Amino acid sequence: MAVKYEKAKAIEKEHAVVDGVDISGHWNRMFEQRTIFEYTPELIEKVASIPNAESFANCYQCAKCVAVCPVDVVGNYGPRKLYRYAQTGLDLTEAPELWLCTTCANCLRVCPKEVNMVKIMPATREKAILDGKFVPPELQQAFENTAKSGNPLGQPQRKRDAWIQNAGVSVPIIKDLGRPVDVLWYVGSYPSYHPRGNDAASAAARIFTALGIDFAILGKEEKDDADSQRLAGERGLFEMMTEYNIETFNKYEWKELVVTGPHELNAFKNVYPKYGFERPVVHYTTFLARHLEQLKPLLKHPVNKKITYHDPCYLGRHNGEYEAPRKLLQAIPGVELVEMARNRENGYCCGGGGGGMWTDSFTQKHTKMRLSEKRAMEAASTGADILAVACPFEVSRFEDAVKSTGNEHVGVLDILELLDRSMREDL
Amino acid sequence: MDIVVAIKHIPSIADDLPVKGNNVDFDSVDFVLNEFDEQSIEQAVLVKEAVDGTVTVIGVDLIGELDNILHLALAKGADKAIKITADDPAASSHQQAKWLSDAIKSLSPDIVFAGVQASNDLDGQIGPMIAAYLDMPYIGGVSSVEISDHTATINKEFSGGFGAKYAVSLPMVVGVQAASKPPRYAPISKVRQIAQTATIEKIAPSGDASAGLAFKKMAAPVATGHAEMLTGSSKEVAAKIVELLKSKGLA
Repeated sequence: MAVKYEKAKAIEKEHAVVDGVDISGHWNRMFEQRTIFEYTPELIEKVASIPNAESFANCYQCAKCVAVCPVDVVGNYGPRKLYRYAQTGLDLTEAPELWLCTTCANCLRVCPKEVNMVKIMPATREKAILDGKFVPPELQQAFENTAKSGNPLGQPQRKRDAWIQNAGVSVPIIKDLGRPVDVLWYVGSYPSYHPRGNDAASAAARIFTALGIDFAILGKEEKDDADSQRLAGERGLFEMMTEYNIETFNKYEWKELVVTGPHELNAFKNVYPKYGFERPVVHYTTFLARHLEQLKPLLKHPVNKKITYHDPCYLGRHNGEYEAPRKLLQAIPGVELVEMARNRENGYCCGGGGGGMWTDSFTQKHTKMRLSEKRAMEAASTGADILAVACPFEVSRFEDAVKSTGNEHVGVLDILELLDRSMREDL
Repeated sequence: MDIVVAIKHIPSIADDLPVKGNNVDFDSVDFVLNEFDEQSIEQAVLVKEAVDGTVTVIGVDLIGELDNILHLALAKGADKAIKITADDPAASSHQQAKWLSDAIKSLSPDIVFAGVQASNDLDGQIGPMIAAYLDMPYIGGVSSVEISDHTATINKEFSGGFGAKYAVSLPMVVGVQAASKPPRYAPISKVRQIAQTATIEKIAPSGDASAGLAFKKMAAPVATGHAEMLTGSSKEVAAKIVELLKSKGLA
């Protein structure tokens, strides 16, 4: 399948005489005609013929995407390159490249031809999975865990709300409450089970309580949103979880769904409507920014730190929320907010989206470093003491990354934890 | 080639194991497929793909939830699923081996696969007992199976990195330690589609077998010691270790 290209032959003469005129000189070098676009479109077609992956064929090789692709920074990647690889013999449905995209959508932001990797990648991955092609084993494990246990970590469902014992405040379960609430707080899998996620969940519970929010959680009835599993190609799994979640959400009366994670926001706000669920959903940063005037007097203790903020792809680029997290950080007395070079619309990806959360070992074999490590180095280069995050995937990713890049002096904290500390103690 | 896989549904150890009386509190624990059986199903499907046969997966339905596991096995490439409706979560592996053998006998298989052991009792008896009941040879600790001319070429693992290759005339029973490839992934859409269309054959349990063992008491292990973390530079830590070994009379 691979097309062999002959190197163009150079024509170079000591003396070149054209029509009796001696045109010898240092520029006296020409190339013979060569074929520049002799390739088979077969492997491009193979991808573009998959429903939802059609825009792959739109690429006209301008390479704007490569300049902003986070994977290209640590490897050799980007939609333009994938298109070119397909031209020259790469079958994306079987190649490791299929699993490297994090669906961060920075390429789509700059693409003049709307080549949409956020649709192409999940569709092509789904085809590969259904055809029994290679799936990174750790990703397979996350799929199986989600199907079996309702969360990608493989933790027991009955322990989903175990964290509330240590929250320091009472966290009501909507089923036990037996009455309508203003806010149904969808905690999410990592805040429910991961020890550092538990910290953010407990902080959120304390903040909501201090603000007097009428809230409740689903407790043991809550299951993973599976949006990242969908983007990793497991649409069937996503649909199974979606049916369950919508039924569970609709069992209770509430006015607004507040989510801890941007991936959940994306699922419930942008994808669930296709499955008949159209109710108000907000990320906690947006929600708390709305309560900023009530929140400010509670932020009594200064946090005298230089803080840089990492825009989660699925909060920023995918859902347009850049300012609320910054407003919250700036409301904390003592905070000096500094920006990394890549921020807001051009924010760098942590590597956790699109299933990347569960392909770290695999990705490491095909890149120079993890995306989270690159970002941790960017955070450290601002001179920040703290890297603030707003996505439950990120605390563990960046805590590993600051250690592995020798930047342990940079603390990694969720905005929830920073607000909570300002409410309770000096940091 | 008629291939049978005998599977076991066991309490999950992902959670703290709840105890009730002198056994597990089966009502407050999730059941999962024994992980060696995941390997066993994969090895059976690999054999089927290599020699062109049919795979029948059979298990004892202890709590009425075996269908999910059987659907998954069908999605991974099994052709037929049978459940023995026992509805007894405490059924011993010896009892299950008897029920499975009686059911498997009527299938007259060329080869039977079973996981080498399961984490609930660790006695590794399902495979050997089925072999005894069916009067077939048994090899456990198996890490690959290839079949040609009605002879199975079996790789068996021993400890210390040793292994042995056996050639066995079929029929036989194999206790799978690990399949020759990691278990494949079954897409959920395929599993769900199968769940709607597949028929699972039901068989009533027949034959009694004593467990050989009776539970006297079931309790969580009691922690009696603790780990001590040695701190300092590697030289300091090494010195502390030497001192410690000397004080225990080990060096």
